[in-house]
Amino acid sequence: MANFDLNDDSLVVIVGSGAGGGTLGNELAQKGIKVVILEAGDRNEIQDFVNDEWESFAQLAWKDMRTTSGDWRVAHDFPNLPAWIVKSVGGTTTHWAGASLRFHEHEFKTRSVYGNIQGASLLDWPLTLADMEPWYDRAEKKMGVTGTNGIPRLPGNNNFRVMQAGAQKLGYKEVHTGNMAINSQPRDGRGSCQQIGFCFQGCKSGAKWSTLYTEIPKGEDTGNLEVRPNAMVVKIEHDASGKVTGVLYMDEKGATQRQKARVVAVAGNSLESPRLLLNSASSKFPDGLANSSGQVGRNYMRHTTASVYAVFEKPVHMYRGTTMAGIIRDESRNDPKRGFVGGYEMETISLGIPFLAAFLDPGAWGRSFTSALDDYSNMAGMWIIGEDMPQPGNRVTLDKTVKDKFGLPVASVHFDDHPNDVAMRQHGFQQGAAVYDAVGATRTIQTTPYPSTHNLGTNRMSEKPADGVVNRWGQTHDIRNLFVSDGSQFTTGAGCNPTLTIVALAIRQADYIAGQMGQKAI
Amino acid sequence: MREIERRTTVGRRVFMRGAATAVPAAALASAGMGITAEAAWAQAAKALQPGSMATLVRMSRDTYPHDHIPDVYYVRAVSTFDDKASSDADLKKLLEDGVARLDGDAKTHFKTSYLEVPAEADRISLLTAIAQTPFFSKIRSGLVVSLYNQPDIWKRFGYEGSSYEYGGYLNRGFNDIDWLPAV
Repeated sequence: MANFDLNDDSLVVIVGSGAGGGTLGNELAQKGIKVVILEAGDRNEIQDFVNDEWESFAQLAWKDMRTTSGDWRVAHDFPNLPAWIVKSVGGTTTHWAGASLRFHEHEFKTRSVYGNIQGASLLDWPLTLADMEPWYDRAEKKMGVTGTNGIPRLPGNNNFRVMQAGAQKLGYKEVHTGNMAINSQPRDGRGSCQQIGFCFQGCKSGAKWSTLYTEIPKGEDTGNLEVRPNAMVVKIEHDASGKVTGVLYMDEKGATQRQKARVVAVAGNSLESPRLLLNSASSKFPDGLANSSGQVGRNYMRHTTASVYAVFEKPVHMYRGTTMAGIIRDESRNDPKRGFVGGYEMETISLGIPFLAAFLDPGAWGRSFTSALDDYSNMAGMWIIGEDMPQPGNRVTLDKTVKDKFGLPVASVHFDDHPNDVAMRQHGFQQGAAVYDAVGATRTIQTTPYPSTHNLGTNRMSEKPADGVVNRWGQTHDIRNLFVSDGSQFTTGAGCNPTLTIVALAIRQADYIAGQMGQKAI
Repeated sequence: MREIERRTTVGRRVFMRGAATAVPAAALASAGMGITAEAAWAQAAKALQPGSMATLVRMSRDTYPHDHIPDVYYVRAVSTFDDKASSDADLKKLLEDGVARLDGDAKTHFKTSYLEVPAEADRISLLTAIAQTPFFSKIRSGLVVSLYNQPDIWKRFGYEGSSYEYGGYLNRGFNDIDWLPAV
């Protein structure tokens, strides 16, 4: 395992070790490029994971203070927990459910296809599906996505079988156990899924792809990658010419360290990445790094989510088995006749008793609430995940008063639903309930969005520097050796889980960075 | 389908995590004999008045009523507040004042203390009236964790908890549903 010097200015320094940062780090290391990944969290390995919702949350979740505002219910119910993401080596790939879907073609050009939607800051990606297909191919192969590369799909669990039966009664056509980065058979040195049912708490069998035990150890084995846990980057520094020169970070003892760098790539997820750029403001860049457009932190997207839970006369035991291996794809098309643009997926979901109590209807009490929990074993559940509209006012800013333990302003997250989001969610609630009603649900429950697991768009990719923060390679328009490598570079969010696209973009970006370094352009 | 044995024997040693409670096992053994200030678990409260402890247990049951869950779990959930109140004077005051307010409301409307109001619907009306107060909010938001995060309560809801040590559900019924219409 490499151990690089703080003054080594030949390094690529990556902030964050999740889907973007972990993948980029390994890809560069495989090309012989020396990389340091600075990860704010601890290094918890598979053997440390626990099948216990609150205990696992305490172990993995990003719990540092954040503030919220806006009309989204999360701001009311969980004012300091806008996002349910991870602070640990592997980032949110420890927590993610494994759903690995490609964007639809139209989702790369929403401004052209959807037109001018009042209040939305839609923009076409400077990329097309055709541009991305080779990189999706590589991402699917790397991650071992079921339903691709000849990999069989996972077997359906009880929760899926309820959804499948309802979907077929309704006439939905594209219904299966998904494209999952979870081994359905042993592959890449990892075993197959044991149907444990705690996908969100870190996969105890390692069947689910996570950078923690795939990309990161592979990169470390090259001798070109060093991962430093408990290293919270607080500032990116630059020279008089504006080129970035390294980062300041707080180490595990709370001491400030300066790591020099040839290239810096930011992959701290869509709340921390813009926060870091904004907190790196200097006399040369008073509005924050890479922010000449004023777009850093704007267009925050979180997907139009909702859940539908249904109670049946007989048992389901939805918690048994792979949490999200089940999907209905028919509503993912763009069909404005439904009353909204964009589409959504319906995917199985399940929470255990502790989290269902907390999230089924936050703040609710009394028998209407508790009777649903009493029927827990007879319950099925699905998650609705659709494309939300980017809006310039949905935004991550620096909180004006609240500071973290290092004295730096925390991220403040403002989010208002767009009318299109509301219409889509309502449609999803209605269709989700119809699926379950078709197989005899005695009660259906509409569950409000959870704290965001999909955080996107706050450093968006744009053709023109005035419209966004990074170019088609994730390279900031303003500073050529500064990159963004996570979901914050998404121009728009598409109606599907984002990780596959984050990984595909990271593989592609690694090629670009290596090429630019080879040409001495950066 | 593989069903779950929901019966639990609550002995003197009931374990709970996420809420290290200090109620002595012997005191807990009296749970189930009624929610009263005279119960041993109420008398064993560290910070709260026994009557307040009993009122909070009654209030907890009314807030999250599960008729198949015995009192002992509510006592344990409430004892997390008592534990914290023993080193947090502000919390202790919030709870004692809250109970006093609830009892005052009960006397006004029903001529007796909250604990003695016989009809659940009447007690719910009293809780509804204080639902927006910091006191109620504190109790509710704490309970939703301290009540439901007791592992030995889970199977009473049909939830089996940690599974990896049993090999997951691969051979234990992940796909054993047998009542769906044929597709």
